[in-house]
Amino acid sequence: MNEKRPGPVLERSEGIEHAGFKDTQEVAAIIDKYKGEIGQLISILQDIQAKLYYLPKEALVQVSETMGIPLSRVYSVATFFKAFSLKPRGRHMINVCLGTACHVRGASKLLEQIERSLKISRGETTGDFKFTLETLNCMGCCALGPVVRIDGRYFGQMSAGKVDLILNKYE
Amino acid sequence: MTFDEIRRRAISEREALEASEKPHIFIGTATCGRSAGALAVREAIKAELERRRIDAIITEVGCIGLCYAEPLVDITKSGRPRICYGNVTPEIATQLIEDYIVNDNPRPDLALGTIGDGSIEGIPKFFDLAVLKPQVRISLRNCGFIDPENINHYIARDGYSGLAKALGVSPKAVIDEVWKSGLRGRGGAGFPTARKWEFCRSAVGKEKYIICNADEGDPGAFMDRDLLEGDPHSVLEGMLIGAYAIGAAEGYIYCRAEYPLAIARLNIALRQMREYGLLGDSILGSDFSFDIRIKEGAGAFVCGEETALMMSIEGKRGMPRSRPPFPAISGLWGKPTNINNVETWADVSAILQRGGEWFASYGTEKSKGTKNFSLAGKVRCTGLIEVPMGITIRQIVYGIGGGIPGDKKFKGVQTGGPSGGCLPASALDLPVDYESLTAAGSIMGSGGMIVMDEDTCMVDMARYFLTFTQAESCGKCVPCRVGTRQMLDILERVSKGDGEPDDIEKLEKLAITVRDCSLCALGGTAPNPVLTTIRYFRDEYEAHINEKRCPALVCKALISYYILPEKCEGCGICLRDCPVEAISGGKRMVHIIDQDRCIKCGTCLDVCPPRFSAVVKVSGQHITVPEKPIPVIMSKEERVKGNGNH
Repeated sequence: MNEKRPGPVLERSEGIEHAGFKDTQEVAAIIDKYKGEIGQLISILQDIQAKLYYLPKEALVQVSETMGIPLSRVYSVATFFKAFSLKPRGRHMINVCLGTACHVRGASKLLEQIERSLKISRGETTGDFKFTLETLNCMGCCALGPVVRIDGRYFGQMSAGKVDLILNKYE
Repeated sequence: MTFDEIRRRAISEREALEASEKPHIFIGTATCGRSAGALAVREAIKAELERRRIDAIITEVGCIGLCYAEPLVDITKSGRPRICYGNVTPEIATQLIEDYIVNDNPRPDLALGTIGDGSIEGIPKFFDLAVLKPQVRISLRNCGFIDPENINHYIARDGYSGLAKALGVSPKAVIDEVWKSGLRGRGGAGFPTARKWEFCRSAVGKEKYIICNADEGDPGAFMDRDLLEGDPHSVLEGMLIGAYAIGAAEGYIYCRAEYPLAIARLNIALRQMREYGLLGDSILGSDFSFDIRIKEGAGAFVCGEETALMMSIEGKRGMPRSRPPFPAISGLWGKPTNINNVETWADVSAILQRGGEWFASYGTEKSKGTKNFSLAGKVRCTGLIEVPMGITIRQIVYGIGGGIPGDKKFKGVQTGGPSGGCLPASALDLPVDYESLTAAGSIMGSGGMIVMDEDTCMVDMARYFLTFTQAESCGKCVPCRVGTRQMLDILERVSKGDGEPDDIEKLEKLAITVRDCSLCALGGTAPNPVLTTIRYFRDEYEAHINEKRCPALVCKALISYYILPEKCEGCGICLRDCPVEAISGGKRMVHIIDQDRCIKCGTCLDVCPPRFSAVVKVSGQHITVPEKPIPVIMSKEERVKGNGNH
């Protein structure tokens, strides 16, 4: 029953190559790319996440064991920075900007509309892993707020009314 | 290759480009342009040029600052000034090719202004526009004019001549030049740059580092993004000059991951510098060697704080530590480190190119030079501006910014992001310099400037910023971790209408404790938005607490939407669009909002046709509506009766 504990709880695993984790080689290649330098831990985690879309428990264990860094420290870094996710994410990443300029132009209304449309809250992923909805503090296109970014594409001057129209275009 | 040879080659490349008979099209494709659709415009232009078999030169440039008019496209025809067109759609772009490039009609109706020598009838000079006239472009000197991915464009506009000059004199002479300029750190704190450099230069140790802080985390600020996307070399040249002056052999740029385009352009710039011998061993044949690495942030606002930033570069949790020791003595990997902000570095390259005295000729006695601001929020001409220090907020908001859209009333301006404060209308004539803004309770900050109109609730604004700082507090020190949480609890209570009479005093007390006792500037400045909104907009807090009313009609728990029976025509639009089916009614029946089911999203107000304007938003006010939907015609009779006009 231990496996079913809620939340991003990590457990110590027996070894690196345990069943179910098929990305051992990718992770090893990324660590190699940075020569396993401890100072490169954040970059390594970023690259792993770019490849696997999130940081699976097994990957963190592998980083810890290969690089000789205590798992607690890897975990502490992985949970400190907002860019890292310990939960699997959807195929499409929706980032709603909640920067000040977007806020005064109604970003929260827009966000609520997306939440209603997708039936998830911010930080969550739809059941079919199609969308993950996250918020950002500022994307730096304040003049065009409120702004939403989907998979790197920017939508400026968004309104609640445009939400379904745009989301429906994604497969 | 010597620098003179590099420079000659770059200038001859530019001259060949300028002498070309081909039309030259510039497209602003910075992130701001892209979010307005610049890439679709670019594709439309390429397709149309191909279809018509027109041989034209296309240059993608950074942001010239007029974000409100994005996407921007400029066209130059041989022997004519460059014409800048705003709000260009793919259709307009296609039309411009036909009208101007093919048929020689410059379309003054679509043009914003002309740039360069000569004039075109019916089109004003670009730099004479109200939005640009008060501006002085020093750090933004090249943004919007050069291809940021082509180092030759930068070199042809005096780029790297500041470095060449610096390498010809002693490091001390370089620092003296920066002293003459009076430059103070543009990241917010305003510490004299030359003094900071001297500290690091005289620190004991062979290995020294310099860092460019590009972790622009203030929500509502995009000065650094624009600069890095539009002219990365101006920043990199500044870093080289600083490294030479300090005696550093290695540098880092810490850039937030939210700026993918800036990082991509920095990488391209570094590669080109290596090819030209401007990076690596024996730069430009001197005995100065230096290299730069890019470190991507991972989404933590606190990493803009210098000690937290250095922890993050070292691969650790980005948590600040107490100072002293200051980074100049013990910084990255425990070595002397000098850290400056993106804009400061871009100013440094300009200062070495044109001289410290020239820079100091702008600005005020204590705040020299210019400062970039990202002007956003409720203002007509949003965008990136660079103004001489000492300009008033009024000149910025009403002169450059063109005032508030929709004839709304100006309420305040927020400078310095979550570390700054909200200044009221009475501060409009305040000069923008470090001392004046601090005296008013705000800060210069890195340069975010958000304009707020009567529809902005100041309690909500304070709550918004506290939500941000509370979430971004790293948790290391108690005043910040616990204090921001407590302040946020009170603000949430107030904005929900559950405020208690002594909440304002409690907030002030907590704010002072958090400000005075926090470990780093994040906690030290987090109370500023609360303190300034209480200082200047106390009546709004009191309305929330005592009257359970939100005067700006923002705080959800305190507002209600009603459909006025005498105005409703029973068209069914709001009924259909309400996301929670809280509206009852029928065709030609007065619609009614079920107040218990209403989530106050405001959709009904947005969609009600303006000719009816039947939906109203109120706070602290009850409007009588029928209990059940009644025919529209009946409500009209009631209205007539009510007015006693029969």
